[in-house]
Amino acid sequence: MLESGLIIRALMRNKIGALLIALQIALTMTIMVNAIFMIQDRQQQMARSSGINEGDTFYLTNTIFAQDYNTRVGLQTDLNAIRKTPGVVDAIQINAIPLSGGGWSSGLQTQPGEDKDGVNTAIYMVDDHAINTLDLELIAGENFSPSDIDWRLPAQSAWPAKVIITQALANALFPDNGQSALGKTVYISNNQPMQVIGIIKNLQAPWNGWSGVERSALVPFQMETRSGRYFIRTEPGRRDELMPLIENMLAKSDKGRIIRRLTTMEETREQSYRQHNATNKILMTVVSTLTLITAFGIVGLAIFSINRRTKQIGTRRALGATRWQVMRYFMVENLFISAVGIIIGCIGTVSLNYWLVNKFNMTPLGFELIALGVVTLVIVGQLAVLYPARKAALISPATATRTV
Amino acid sequence: MFSYYLRLAAISIRRHWGLSLIMITAIGLGIGTAMTTVTVNYMMSANPIPQKSEQLFYVQLDNWDVNDPWDEGQNPPDQMTYTDATNLFKADKAFRHSISAQAFAVIEPQDPDLLPITVNARANSSDFFAMFNVPFLYGGAWNAQADSNKELVAVINKETNDTLFAGKNSVGELLRIDGNLFKIVGVIDSWQPTPKYYDLSSGAFNDTEALFVPFSLIAEEKITRAGNTSCWKPSGDGMAAFLRSECVWLQFWVELRDEQEQQDYQAFLNAYVKQQKQLGRFERPLDNRLSNVMQWLENQEVVADDAKMMMAMSFMFLIVCLLNTVGLLLAKFLGKAPEIGLRQALGASKATLFYQYLVESACIGLGGGLLGLILAWLGLQSVAAMYGDYMKDLTGLDTTMVLLAMLLALGSTVIAGLYPTWRACNVQPSQQLKSQ
Repeated sequence: MLESGLIIRALMRNKIGALLIALQIALTMTIMVNAIFMIQDRQQQMARSSGINEGDTFYLTNTIFAQDYNTRVGLQTDLNAIRKTPGVVDAIQINAIPLSGGGWSSGLQTQPGEDKDGVNTAIYMVDDHAINTLDLELIAGENFSPSDIDWRLPAQSAWPAKVIITQALANALFPDNGQSALGKTVYISNNQPMQVIGIIKNLQAPWNGWSGVERSALVPFQMETRSGRYFIRTEPGRRDELMPLIENMLAKSDKGRIIRRLTTMEETREQSYRQHNATNKILMTVVSTLTLITAFGIVGLAIFSINRRTKQIGTRRALGATRWQVMRYFMVENLFISAVGIIIGCIGTVSLNYWLVNKFNMTPLGFELIALGVVTLVIVGQLAVLYPARKAALISPATATRTV
Repeated sequence: MFSYYLRLAAISIRRHWGLSLIMITAIGLGIGTAMTTVTVNYMMSANPIPQKSEQLFYVQLDNWDVNDPWDEGQNPPDQMTYTDATNLFKADKAFRHSISAQAFAVIEPQDPDLLPITVNARANSSDFFAMFNVPFLYGGAWNAQADSNKELVAVINKETNDTLFAGKNSVGELLRIDGNLFKIVGVIDSWQPTPKYYDLSSGAFNDTEALFVPFSLIAEEKITRAGNTSCWKPSGDGMAAFLRSECVWLQFWVELRDEQEQQDYQAFLNAYVKQQKQLGRFERPLDNRLSNVMQWLENQEVVADDAKMMMAMSFMFLIVCLLNTVGLLLAKFLGKAPEIGLRQALGASKATLFYQYLVESACIGLGGGLLGLILAWLGLQSVAAMYGDYMKDLTGLDTTMVLLAMLLALGSTVIAGLYPTWRACNVQPSQQLKSQ
């Protein structure tokens, strides 16, 4: 570019203004790239599947207060009644709900003994209808049979003899070959054996922030409890119509208990990631206003410098410079300023990311995002300078002959 | 003179209304964003009990698996076993102490027409109320006797009292809880420490409980235990076996009035664990911790990382806005060079010129600050709406925050205006007059 030398020399004479814009661009880039990185990170977390059917399912809490209530009979009666309701695909009693934040975890180990390392996993206590109700994909082995289901009393320490585990748990227990987990014996509570009879593809633990969130196990238990949860799957599209029906049916069938907390899986997911969603929205707002402010700053300063140079521009026009050449001058000038800002910005971006990685245990940022930041800021700078530059180009050569 | 400068500033702001608007908007957005995040952080990290946060200590003992330590050995378990809590309680070495655990209850109203209600409850020892400054509307806490005698007494909160007794003084009334009749001894007035520091195990910003009963009733199975429970060793069947187990599920706090009491208590804890080691428990190295309220909140990372990150970001954002203002003020003031030259030639001193332009910067700062307050208020409303219950008590804009916002806006704009003002005052009058 012909005038680059000229533009740089002119810029050096008014360093402060240019430096201020460059600094703004640098900080904008630092914040923008890191914020977008954090947004992406959250979105990836939110995009993970819980493994269960979330669209057609809901759950409720059944709390018994009557003193003479037969919990075993009550549970069977309830489940039979729910399963027979037209529109219901299947239903189970369950001790915890994926994504809900509250649940049961335990260590499993491949060898018995107190001195052996274990792998932590979420425990879901369910019966043989679980795979159908939750809509899980069994990739190896088989489901529980009705005779596998044991009763679990409150504060009981004995575990059943069979277990179905997720692929991720299989891989964690048998790092060499996860598939080999099928048929093997694992130990819970240090030395109680359980045989792995099935492997399911995917089922998340209740805690979405846990590093082992993909590790879950299904244990064949029906719980003798005075406050339990029923999880229900309906035919597609019929959930909302069936929720009040089932609530009513259960509440009316026995006065010795309270049916409460009817919740859909969709609500649970929304609740679970509410903070993530909100944080992302805020970060998005910050990034866009920030870019806008920087753009306005560029506009303001460019207009100012053009006003100051009205006479020189008029003179250049009088000496034969075309409108396009005048415009180009300011656009190239902005390009130089942006370049300085972006170089500082790259250093800032990487430093802030380094700090974030150290302080908040995040993964380091990829190169593509930095490149994206560079391109965005160059475009924003050029767009912002367009209006003042056009204004400059419209200055008539006659201006040069007038005094201010 | 001040009012004259104000008038000049008004004229100048009106003449360059575009530039001024950009500056006010930029400062407003910067202040608004910074104040929103600062407020959220400030509320999250608020001291829930400033009167005695230095005297209340959360006790942690490391009873965990020697092969698979809690938190990879970084921290002892965040709750305590029944064995240890009751042993420490019996030893009675602190000024006050409180064992507490989450519980769950069904209350059956006397009136047969009313439906039973389920409530979140707490099983705690009598000192709990005095330690955490729980305010009473009627009656008061039960006494230590009631704890040891396992009396069926209860304290309920205002909402429950409103529901069941229409807000009347219900002290002395009987309440059917899980089939047993409890006598009400006290009604708590509105009480919601934020964060809910006395038990962070299931969320730092949850509601306080509706019902409080003596802790000793848990062992009697007169109240149902709830809340997070972590175990590493097989425990055996039944409640008695569970209470003997290495499962951690309750919170133990002590009140220690001075440094000496703290040291004594720490020594006592160490001696206790050494003695337990001889019984074959506590195989991990000695790691007994006493954390005061603020240390405990810090340790449990009550202020979410997200909130901290966003505060850092919003301050960088404010800096960008201020850089913007410096640039624009510079443009504006330098544009006035001819005017400044003229005034200097007519005898205006540098000091008066400096004063005049600072007044103008301050006006812009004030405008930005006001806009910032409005934006911060809007920002907090949307934060409250987006985060829901989790943030409901964290998004108030109090006087401290309003003052801080205005101070931040004014201070930062004046500082931002210093360099442009200084440049403007150093204009060479002769040169400016020549070019006229």
